[in-house]
Amino acid sequence: MEPFTRHEGVTAALLRANIDTDTIIPSREMKRVSRHGLADGLFADWRYLDPANREPDPGFVLNTPAYRGASILLAGANFGCGSSREHAVWALREYGFRAVLAPSFGTIFARNCIANGVVPVVLEARVIEQLAGQVAPDPQHRRLAIDIETLCVTDPEGGRHPFALDAASRETLLSGLDPIDLTLRMGDEIERFEAQDRLTRPWAYLAD
Amino acid sequence: MGRTLFDKIWDAHVIADLGDGDTLLYIDRVFLHERTGSIALQGMAENRRAVRTPRHVFCTMDHIVDTFPGRGDDTLMPGGKAFITTTRKAALAAGIRLFDLGDPRQGIMHVVAPELGIALPGLTMVCPDSHSCTLGGVGTLAWGIGSTEAEHAMATGTLRLRKPASMRVNLRGEMGAGVTAKDLVLHLIAEHSTTGGAGHAIEFAGPVVDRLSVEARLTLCNMAVEFSAFTGLVAPDRATLDYLRGRTFAPTGALWEVAEHHWHSLASDADAVFDRELEIECSAVRPTVTWGTSPQHAVTTAGRVPDPGLEPDPGRQEAMRRALEYMALQPGTPMADIRIDAAFIGSCTNSRLDDLRAAAAVLDKRQVAPWVKAVCVPGSTQVKRAAESEGLDRAFTAAGFEWRESGCSMCLYAGGETFGPGQRVISSTNRNFEGRQGPGTRTHIASPATVAASACAGYIRAAGGA
Ligand code: SF4
Repeated sequence: MEPFTRHEGVTAALLRANIDTDTIIPSREMKRVSRHGLADGLFADWRYLDPANREPDPGFVLNTPAYRGASILLAGANFGCGSSREHAVWALREYGFRAVLAPSFGTIFARNCIANGVVPVVLEARVIEQLAGQVAPDPQHRRLAIDIETLCVTDPEGGRHPFALDAASRETLLSGLDPIDLTLRMGDEIERFEAQDRLTRPWAYLAD
Repeated sequence: MGRTLFDKIWDAHVIADLGDGDTLLYIDRVFLHERTGSIALQGMAENRRAVRTPRHVFCTMDHIVDTFPGRGDDTLMPGGKAFITTTRKAALAAGIRLFDLGDPRQGIMHVVAPELGIALPGLTMVCPDSHSCTLGGVGTLAWGIGSTEAEHAMATGTLRLRKPASMRVNLRGEMGAGVTAKDLVLHLIAEHSTTGGAGHAIEFAGPVVDRLSVEARLTLCNMAVEFSAFTGLVAPDRATLDYLRGRTFAPTGALWEVAEHHWHSLASDADAVFDRELEIECSAVRPTVTWGTSPQHAVTTAGRVPDPGLEPDPGRQEAMRRALEYMALQPGTPMADIRIDAAFIGSCTNSRLDDLRAAAAVLDKRQVAPWVKAVCVPGSTQVKRAAESEGLDRAFTAAGFEWRESGCSMCLYAGGETFGPGQRVISSTNRNFEGRQGPGTRTHIASPATVAASACAGYIRAAGGA
């Protein structure tokens, strides 16, 4: 995974609350057993007048030329609720998004973001609305910047908005290291735990 | 200080403190399905990683598989077959336990897991599926993860996790006639919003929960994720043990004795402190149904479609307006005046034997309204066979319901089957999101009894007419 230290980009806003993962990537857009080829299906029900023939809905924010190349998304509360499908994050990432800023996130979605180098930034609804207002007049030039070293969002007027991220997630993003590799290095500890646990919970270990 | 049920299960699984509140947690079981599990298995193979303990990893075919009688690998969804064949191949190669099409153990993962004793009290269990929380109904600490974390759990037998906060939801009073666990949980979400449980592991407790059947507890915990909770849990008791004894993967003999002893020790201590507590007075709950596109958009079946104009919060007001537009409903309309086109009984929320019995009892000697297409999909092959041996299938078909093979079916659109755009469905499922049951399909969620009664009336109705 590509390390994430700082990212500056065009910011689009979808300020509805409860945008669920079925909306981010509808079921029928998950066409193959693959993490790829999903960007086209991102927000398909909103993005296209007719999702079948892919005619873009000119009214949808990401179809507006002013938001071309958007890589930061401002969203309403509980973004990414619902289905655990990691495809929602894969689709956002493949489309080009590196960060989503919202007052709150679906738990599984937020964890999936970290696993794929997308930052789920929690900021108060008031701040999200303020940022949306600031970028709107000229999205291509009035950009937001997200810094993972300092855990801070910088708005186009230079205002700074600190956010919280747990240390492990921050480390994963900064290093770009695969958590599976990190955990595999703890093999001895896992084995010691198992040996002890088998004595107290023998029924939890199935025979072949 | 006393510990909660959640604390006790959590503590027993801590391998190491990773610093700053993060923990390496031992994972007892992983359960996969053909839609997201296929990708996790593929990822493992691409990275040349082996499953650490294949006998603790299970896989079923439920999401995309066809539910028509005589089914094979073909599905209505273009490309759906590839998910099934890829998963089969990958599962066999990885050496995990597969419940394939035609296997009597096949079914919806969250129905199969307790029914086969894969989910047991005091275990940790993860699935790349958000409704894993269902298994809290038997006291399993289970939660949904993404495909990447599923790889982590399979490769290492662990997950890196920060401990969520705890909440107890006390269900007090008596349940009124015709009220089910589904109505209780819809009521809870309507009262406290879909984010009411965010960041919390929830224990459902109190006299009403003590009296609920194990199957009803599974229904209750199923919708914990719709409440944004990390998961839901019910302490194992006599009923749980009676339910689990003799199940395929449950311990036997001396191991059962050790397990039983452990399970009895799991209940929250009397002096345990929860980060939050909520109370629900169950005597006040009535049969409940959703009107909108979020599980919190719920009212009683005797109620009316609410008026967004009366909602003070502008964000919620806007969401209500959009929901009314999608659902093609007017504020103030009595729910009982809403005419339905279709009825669906199925899903991991409400497709177990008790659910089918409750619906069949309502259907007795009645007919589905002539304009209603009605479908019943048992939650597992085992449920289907048990139902058939009781003659429930005939109760459904005599009333005009289709009787299907088990799977997720029209709970979602993954298999490509739908009632169609603009169709209004009364459904025993858990999500009424826009497009969840297919593009433009309008979903009203309710209990199986309410679905059956509504199917017969052709309008939204609780069983018993209210
Ligand atoms: S029945 Fe529905 S909610 Fe349950 S696992 Fe299947 S798709 Fe998900």
